[in-house]
Amino acid sequence: MQAERIVENLNRAHHELFSRDPAVCLIGEDLLDPYGGAFKVSRDLSTRFPERVLSAPISECAFTGMACGMALAGEKPIVEIMFGDFIGYAFDPLWNLAAKSVSMYGRRVPIHLLVRCTVGGNRGFGATHSQSPQKHFLGIPDLDLFEVNPFHDNVELLAELIERGNPVLLFENKTLYSRHCVREGALDDLFSWRFIGPRREFAKICIEESESPDAVIVASGSVVFSALEAARRAFLDHELETVILTPAQLHPFPLAPILDDLARAKRILVIEEGIAGGSWAESVATAIYSRLWGRLENPVICLHSKSSIIPCARHLEERVLLQSGHVFEALIGESIRA
Amino acid sequence: MHVLHGSIQRIPVMPPVAPIAVPETTEADIEALFLIRGFERLLLDLFSRGVLNGTTHTCLGQEYIPVALSPLFEAPDFIFSNHRGHGHYLARFGDVEGLLLEIMGRAGGVCNGVGGSQHLFRDGFLSTGVLGESVPAAAGMAWSLKRRGGRGIAVAYTGDGGWGEGSVYETLNMASLWGLPLLMVVENNAMAQSSHAERYRAGTIQDRAHAFGIRTLQITGCDLAEIRNLAGPEIAAMRERPRPLVIEFATQRLGPHSKGDDPRSPELVAELWRRDWEAPLRQRHPALCERVTARVSERLEALRATALQQPLSEWTDAS
Ligand SMILES: Cc1ncc(C[n+]2csc(CCOP(=O)(O)OP(=O)(O)O)c2C)c(N)n1
Ligand SMILES: [Mg+2]
Repeated sequence: MQAERIVENLNRAHHELFSRDPAVCLIGEDLLDPYGGAFKVSRDLSTRFPERVLSAPISECAFTGMACGMALAGEKPIVEIMFGDFIGYAFDPLWNLAAKSVSMYGRRVPIHLLVRCTVGGNRGFGATHSQSPQKHFLGIPDLDLFEVNPFHDNVELLAELIERGNPVLLFENKTLYSRHCVREGALDDLFSWRFIGPRREFAKICIEESESPDAVIVASGSVVFSALEAARRAFLDHELETVILTPAQLHPFPLAPILDDLARAKRILVIEEGIAGGSWAESVATAIYSRLWGRLENPVICLHSKSSIIPCARHLEERVLLQSGHVFEALIGESIRA
Repeated sequence: MHVLHGSIQRIPVMPPVAPIAVPETTEADIEALFLIRGFERLLLDLFSRGVLNGTTHTCLGQEYIPVALSPLFEAPDFIFSNHRGHGHYLARFGDVEGLLLEIMGRAGGVCNGVGGSQHLFRDGFLSTGVLGESVPAAAGMAWSLKRRGGRGIAVAYTGDGGWGEGSVYETLNMASLWGLPLLMVVENNAMAQSSHAERYRAGTIQDRAHAFGIRTLQITGCDLAEIRNLAGPEIAAMRERPRPLVIEFATQRLGPHSKGDDPRSPELVAELWRRDWEAPLRQRHPALCERVTARVSERLEALRATALQQPLSEWTDAS
């Protein structure tokens, strides 16, 4: 039997949190049943917990600000941002209030606030409904960034995030919702995966453990699938061994658990759907350089989507967004040059 | 002073002088007024001597607002203050020591010198330095207070200029829609930094509140007892049946926006001072004021002397 879909897993994560902890509440747009949120993550919540689901007017700034006040009151609010592209309206309360409240008052003030936001393209939604805004939130003290992937169980993840005491932004790539969660072990006929790191920070995906793989790809969220497709082709066509490392936590980036894997790789790719320029991939590459300089065989390759608006038509969108072909070419091109 | 709902009335730019009547207000009230004024004067003095860094916004002229409202607030209430917040803080806690040490970055400051003048947090009190930011947060606090079933309310002090922010209107909508016990106290001094209200605001604040079906109360004097008579029942009512309320004070900023930035003419500022509460209060109750101010300045002078001796604050969080 196949595991549940990621959207079902996220939904169940909410139901479990709500039934366990009366401080947990949800605020966002169009949350009420039978609609249950634009991507159905909040399905049945308003029926079971009507007083804790606030289906808000279209006011991202104020309902995110409200959630900050709830958190200061000791509640554990979850905010749903329907499309991450709209989170610009909520930037001030996240940046200046939620994150700063943790330390600005001269002592630690735990802020239990989880902001979930749907991101990403490849769905033909166009320029203002397809972006990957992660980089705009990078490096804000006490604002932690996470991203949903097929490996980390969201039931555990959400329970951990709401207890963190730092406000958290959780990015959910919209192409992942309908995909299935995968349990540790075989992934397909070639690849299998397991958790690595003391706190299971990363999923490690490979064909078999190898002393010195041809490449390691650090990939989060949905680009894991581009990495996987590229790795499969690279193996079948060129017998290249690729390891994929997938974190749930984007920032602060937990580098320690993967240092060994990175040090042993002939080359390292860090890939993301966002665009270059102060990006997540660039910050990971910088961290890698500062720890592994002198031990790297090749420069770290960062792959992004093109620096462009995201067009609506699918064939045009594909030209802009990072696709598995780009990852494959980077794997192969490097191997030919090497 | 009128309770208005749904009517159109432009409140005067400057309030008429309304001397504060004793014994309706207690000696403690008078002391609070002079303590806040004395504290702000001390700050300006310390700034001019180069003892303080950064900036500060004094509430000279507006002290009576938090002093009048303070006894109407109860223990579970949560107060959100703004950039001009020393009076709000002192009216609630009387803690000139913690506040001055905070502003001076010395040990014993309310927030270890990390927050400073505009970022204070303790026991049901939080101030923010970004205009319009505290209003939705106060609504979230109000939501929690209501759901926890007590009589508590959330109070958001704002200036008139802060009502330029969209977050205020998004919040008014939700507060009204969801019946949140959110009290917005507007200290309308008709000034926002260097700009007079006539240059930046169309319409009135009360009309904007009414557009969301929110009750408003307008207060144009500075008599503490009268303010309490007007505001008391309104605040009590919102505790019984949770809903938002806007209380707008027509008030006046006597000092510069922060330290030395005041483009207003000296004549205008002098006219504002003539309408201030202090002179008529001293005239009416000379002995009482003498006694109170002597006590207050003794306390503040002692504080001035000890504060400079205090060690610099420690902050362990910067790791
Ligand atoms: C979002 C934001 N924009 C600008 C400022 C800079 N600023 C601080 S106070 C102020 C004027 C505020 O006027 P008002 O709300 O009427 O309060 P008052 O100073 O008169 O008490 C401005 C523009 C700020 N703190 N926050
Ligand atoms: Mg003003």
